[in-house]
Amino acid sequence: MAKTILTVDDSASIRQMVSFTLKEAGYSVTEAVDGQDGLDKARAGRFDLIFTDQNMPRMDGVSLIKQLRALPNYRSTPILMLTTESGDAMKSQGRAAGATGWLVKPFDPQKLLEVVRKVIG
Amino acid sequence: MTIDMTRFYQVFFDEASEHLAEMETLLLELDIEAPDPEVLNAIFRAAHSIKGGAGTFGFSDVARVTHILETLLDRVRKHELHPSVEIIDTTLQAGDLLKAQLAAHQQGTEFEDPQIAAVCERLETLAQGDLPAAESVSPLVDPDPRTWWGITFNAGLLEAPDREAGLVAALAELGELEHTPAATTPGERLNWRLHTAAGREAIVEIFDFLCDPSEVEITAMGQAEAAADADEAGFGLFEDAPGAAPSSGDQELDGFGLFDDSPGMEQVAETAARQREELQQGFGFFATAPGAPGADPANAESAPASPPPPSGAAPRRQPGGVRRQPQGESSIRVSVEKVDQLINLVGELVITHAMLAESASGLDPVAQERVLDGLSNLERNSRDLQQAVMSIRMMPISFVFNRFPRVVRDTAAALDKKVSLRLIGEDTELDKGLIERLADPLNHLVRNSIDHGIETAQQRIEQGKPETGEIVLAASHRGGNVVVEVSDDGAGLDRERLLAKAAERGVALPDNPSDKEVWQLIFAPGFSTAKAVTDISGRGVGMDVVRRNIEAMNGRVEIDSEPGQGTRITIRLPLTLAILDGMSVRVCDETFILPLTVIRESIRPQPGQCKTLAGKGNVVHVGEEYLPLVALHQLFGLSVQQVAPEASILVIIESNEGRAALQVDDLLAQHQVVIKSLETNYRKVEGISGATIMGDGRVAMILDVDALVRLSRKTS
Amino acid sequence: MNEDSQDSTTVNSEDSREYLTFTLGDEEYGIDILNVQEIRGYDTVTKIANSPHFIKGVINMRGVIVPIIDMRLKFDLGEVEYNQFTVVIILNITGRVVGMVVDGVSDVIALHQDQIRPAPEFGAVLDTAYIDGLATLEERMVIMVNIERLMNSEEMGLVDQARASAE
Repeated sequence: MAKTILTVDDSASIRQMVSFTLKEAGYSVTEAVDGQDGLDKARAGRFDLIFTDQNMPRMDGVSLIKQLRALPNYRSTPILMLTTESGDAMKSQGRAAGATGWLVKPFDPQKLLEVVRKVIG
Repeated sequence: MTIDMTRFYQVFFDEASEHLAEMETLLLELDIEAPDPEVLNAIFRAAHSIKGGAGTFGFSDVARVTHILETLLDRVRKHELHPSVEIIDTTLQAGDLLKAQLAAHQQGTEFEDPQIAAVCERLETLAQGDLPAAESVSPLVDPDPRTWWGITFNAGLLEAPDREAGLVAALAELGELEHTPAATTPGERLNWRLHTAAGREAIVEIFDFLCDPSEVEITAMGQAEAAADADEAGFGLFEDAPGAAPSSGDQELDGFGLFDDSPGMEQVAETAARQREELQQGFGFFATAPGAPGADPANAESAPASPPPPSGAAPRRQPGGVRRQPQGESSIRVSVEKVDQLINLVGELVITHAMLAESASGLDPVAQERVLDGLSNLERNSRDLQQAVMSIRMMPISFVFNRFPRVVRDTAAALDKKVSLRLIGEDTELDKGLIERLADPLNHLVRNSIDHGIETAQQRIEQGKPETGEIVLAASHRGGNVVVEVSDDGAGLDRERLLAKAAERGVALPDNPSDKEVWQLIFAPGFSTAKAVTDISGRGVGMDVVRRNIEAMNGRVEIDSEPGQGTRITIRLPLTLAILDGMSVRVCDETFILPLTVIRESIRPQPGQCKTLAGKGNVVHVGEEYLPLVALHQLFGLSVQQVAPEASILVIIESNEGRAALQVDDLLAQHQVVIKSLETNYRKVEGISGATIMGDGRVAMILDVDALVRLSRKTS
Repeated sequence: MNEDSQDSTTVNSEDSREYLTFTLGDEEYGIDILNVQEIRGYDTVTKIANSPHFIKGVINMRGVIVPIIDMRLKFDLGEVEYNQFTVVIILNITGRVVGMVVDGVSDVIALHQDQIRPAPEFGAVLDTAYIDGLATLEERMVIMVNIERLMNSEEMGLVDQARASAE
């Protein structure tokens, strides 16, 4: 069965790019438009990997990660932050919240796939 | 796998322009004294999102401006800087530039303007304001002009002999090059690094000789990332995650990272173990991970000189064939042309039905019951279909209203007046085509209200009014119309001055004109009431154009004004320009369509009800009024003979020129007709607003009552 | 007369173009076939108020409203009749569709540019401003009309002049 990936981003273009790229590579992808939507969709399904943007309306990425980590199903699921903020502050916040790693925007489809393959194969 | 990035361009453009509009609205709403942190966040987010997309899709000029803008807005939202009028103004200017840049990219070009550099510089200066002494170095000013660039390309490019040596030599001329010799595997991606003061363009130029620039990925790397690990930039794993790979430290790789010891790492570790043998390249590891757990977030927050994020992926070619993509599950984006094509086809369907119904009208209702039932079902279905399709074109009027906070702000500032704007009924929907055509007239009316209506703060205080004037833009549905009002609490129109001006210009007016008749004067060509001509509302060429534009939309304008209290301009518009509820009337052998909205009643005149008054021509006495008689057969030259009004039907109509009685031979039926422009293949015809196709396939003209009343006045 | 003109099927060579010829009064005219959309019979028209007499009105052509001009009236060529033989050439002039009533459609011919000679000042019904030249075909003389210029001209009254000059 195809691995399932949830991509949480308020930017439709980035979301589509991520989703399209991963689907082309054979993954099953679900899109969420912000942290709250991501949390709802994560609760409703099961995902092998979650990508989340940081800056989003309603709920930001770090808060989403914290909330997900509190859910039994997502205690150890890889969660990567997609963010333009490559700065150390962001990383430490993400790490403290329980992120598995980060991917710096802008990235291209190849990079994205490289990361996904590294993380979930 | 290669993904064609152009497929996402349109979504990005749409999204970016939504963000820009949102940013503008929020900026204009922002209370500088007590800024709402949520609003500051949202403004930042808008710039941030555009930057992310622009970088991803390779619009590096947009990414650059948004990056600088974001830096400023980030400081504002973190309360490191206090929002100022200057910050808002400059951000608005940056927004305008971004719009221009995006528009250019949509055309496949780039917007180049010296203003960009000026605004960027301004933003940078502003971003440095209020800086604590310790942070006096702008994060954007790199003390070392050299940057590490990551250059990734396919080893296959170097297959030709001497290629590699040539490339190495050329790149080394730019700066310090770290390169790995090309392996024999042709599919391998090579990651080279170059430390140089030269920009991306210089690198692209070198590769230009070898290949299409899109095949090479050139990424600016942060200083820290570059310094920390010479082999892999921007990717890392956090140490000490549960079930992590044996003590590896955070992995910082090219453009992404994994926090070692973070949840999820056991999965990564498993995957990594599986993949280990397959991987040719090892990873670099940070032993001392930046931002290790327990690091003081406040410290980290204020860490100086956080490196600029990579400013764009590989340079991409300009958008070529832009394809539209579904945006999500709940909505799709469709081009207007497709919708219009649909509307036209449904229009044809309605006409075809009408033709069928006409042919079937002679059928025996009992014997042909099934055919007639089918026809009536078809009629209902096609009407429903028509309405459903029309509703696709409907848009909330907020699309045009939303530009006015900016217009009011800029106009008031230019005139040194204090004006606030209130919007009412922004959700009111009307046809997209009308919304677009409404923008100019409304723009003119609003600027006019600020220029001529609202007094200066000084004058207002003297008159005991609040210092700040108010403009209200209101929209609502009334009957089958959309009503848009522009009102102000300014000085109101000056009856005496208008009358004096009318006398001076020789504009004809009835004796003892009513206020309404006097107010209508401002719509006369060349009629400007301003004492001084200003840049804002021009030279009085505006108001007559406003009225003409509104009439061209089959709309009507009215004015109410109260001295000292203000002026209200009311615009009535049909919901759509595509269909019209009309009454077909016969004049001689011709059939015309009269819009239902203008019809008040129809009468058969009694002998003596119609008179000829000196100076007024033929009139009809209806109720208390004498209405001008508009004889269609004469105006259109359909008959050489005079037809006595008593032998005809008079339709009492309400026009922008006042009420009038339209003389026709017969009222035929009510129809919903599809409006076709005569001007597509012919030209404008006075007294005709368009044409339609009737059930028998013939063309019928749609009457323009405003023009008819004017025409009739001219000829009588 | 050279060889190419006899071979009227050679149409796509460099400077050879196809023309539709029609008759109007005693003369034969040629127009660029690229401007011809279709040829059809005369339908009942809907009159347009206060238009010149030679603009007969408009017809519905598959949902498109098309004005019809009677060239016979425009050029005063005597009595005109409308019957099953009346021919309308539907033109497409830079995207605008216009119907033109003529006496009859005769032929499609292929001409080289060098077969078209400049027109002398002569007494044709048409102003020389709208004539590109003359072509001789066998024993016939064909007046080559610049139909775009003619139809966009002020005297045809088809276009608003503001719009025409903008075009």
